[in-house]
Amino acid sequence: MRAMVYRGPYRIRVEEKDVPRIEHPNDAIVRVTLAAICGSDLHLYHGMMPDTRIGTTFGHEFIGVVEEVGSSVQRLKRGDRVMVPFNVYCGSCYFCARGLYSNCHNVNPNATAVGGIYGYSHTTGGYDGGQAEYVRVPFADVGPQIIPDWMADDDAVLLTDALATGYFAAQLGDIVESDTVVVFGAGPVGLYAARSAWLMGAGRVIVIDHLEYRLAKAREFAYAETVNFAELDDVVLEMKRQTDYLGADVVIDAAGAEADGSLLQQVTSAKLKLQGGSPTALNWAIDSVRKGGTVSVAGAYGPVFSAVKFGDAMNKGLTLRMNQTPVKRQWPRLFEHIQQGYFRPSDIVTHRIPLEHIADGYHIFSAKLDDCIKVLVQPGA
Amino acid sequence: MTDVNRPYVADKPPLVPTREELRARIPGWGADLDPKDRPSYPRERFDPAGTGAHWDFPDRQEETYPRERSIEHGILPPVFGTVAPLHGVSGLIRRAAYKRFSEARLAHWLLLIAGDRVEAAGAHLRSAISLHPDDLVTETGVRTESVGREAGALRSDRADTNHRWIDPLLVAGPWVVTGWIGWRILRSVLRR
Repeated sequence: MRAMVYRGPYRIRVEEKDVPRIEHPNDAIVRVTLAAICGSDLHLYHGMMPDTRIGTTFGHEFIGVVEEVGSSVQRLKRGDRVMVPFNVYCGSCYFCARGLYSNCHNVNPNATAVGGIYGYSHTTGGYDGGQAEYVRVPFADVGPQIIPDWMADDDAVLLTDALATGYFAAQLGDIVESDTVVVFGAGPVGLYAARSAWLMGAGRVIVIDHLEYRLAKAREFAYAETVNFAELDDVVLEMKRQTDYLGADVVIDAAGAEADGSLLQQVTSAKLKLQGGSPTALNWAIDSVRKGGTVSVAGAYGPVFSAVKFGDAMNKGLTLRMNQTPVKRQWPRLFEHIQQGYFRPSDIVTHRIPLEHIADGYHIFSAKLDDCIKVLVQPGA
Repeated sequence: MTDVNRPYVADKPPLVPTREELRARIPGWGADLDPKDRPSYPRERFDPAGTGAHWDFPDRQEETYPRERSIEHGILPPVFGTVAPLHGVSGLIRRAAYKRFSEARLAHWLLLIAGDRVEAAGAHLRSAISLHPDDLVTETGVRTESVGREAGALRSDRADTNHRWIDPLLVAGPWVVTGWIGWRILRSVLRR
């Protein structure tokens, strides 16, 4: 089969790999029909995630058709059109039993601090991802779900991570009616988080980024006010001014490990790998939120320490909430919202790249070329 | 009292615009106003029967090679990825990280990153002497630079481009320093 293969930082290519096989009675093999590149894939691409091995295939956002099932699979059969959450999870461990699917303890030998994720280094279990023609899907009775007939492929693939994560991030903010919600980062997760904040009754939503084309999308798709931090000396001070010096009630970090805005943070994290990530957006969030407010972290960070302003968080009495998203928990309610016509997830898609040219997709997304927001990858195209 | 407002007084100003205006402007406004409608509330919800799992503990996947694991795990978890098993020098480094240090130790992660770099260097060397060497133009996607940037993107003050001047130094620097140290060590050994 053809598959995207990691060749080292900033290098990927498409090559022939063996079609994955059933390795466990509850495995399924899925033929991928559509995948996506996630912002967090760029952390792998840039060599930031420890134990990212040469020859592995990335991709934790994908949908497809069931090709083969293991002997204990009851809920899926060959030919089913399925969407697969980015979490690999067993459904039965201490954490899964409590709905913490992203924290499963039965699927990742390499680390206990993170669950299993498709195509996201050995630190999350060493599974190949879906930027390929076929992928092994463990626990086929637990994670995958048959795609409803009414749902478009583009929307389904965005539900496997980006939309679910943005929606989850807004929930972690514990938004109450009339809250002012600030979102750092106007990438896919930030756009969805901003859009979701309205569902929860926000009175005001402000999205902050430095890419003007993404801020334009935030105004159009997420009905948000926007602020370009590159035009300001001090974005935190601007947030105080805009909120009568109170601060925002809820701030969402939708930027994560490669946040720009501080040369020192960028260089020491993304370039020198001395930190688990550049916490610029997180620090701005801590300083922009009001005392007693909530900071929700949707951005991904690496496993080593980051220079976070914890003293401010403590002195302000903040609630910091975060997790990898338990994706499947979000689906029933998100399906309802999409059916109601509240929004169309695929409105943020800007690029479709054949699998054979996926390296171009990575570079366009990474370098923010061609007004790129979201890249879909088409195997067999 | 016109110039004294929140947070210096107790009241929170009324919602402007109103509920009705927000509902009219934003499709779905307030649909999840009640926390009970939010799927992740409460955070923990005990429902093992609702996940689709029909086992108390999953069948164990066959361990076809010695699978490395975090020493914070009491057992080898029953299911795991099998791509790219440990091999060569990078494998020795990574195995040492897993065998000796917990996830709490910086050494664990630094060794894993070192393993990544050693494996990448080996892959690049092997590729260079192979019949099908890496194609840096296609593999880096650099040819897409021609598709266009946001106006002003290459100005030196944009947040994601203002460190470009130092990037080559940061990326190549460690390789040059490591190579130089290696050369000095090799030379001193050869002189003995």
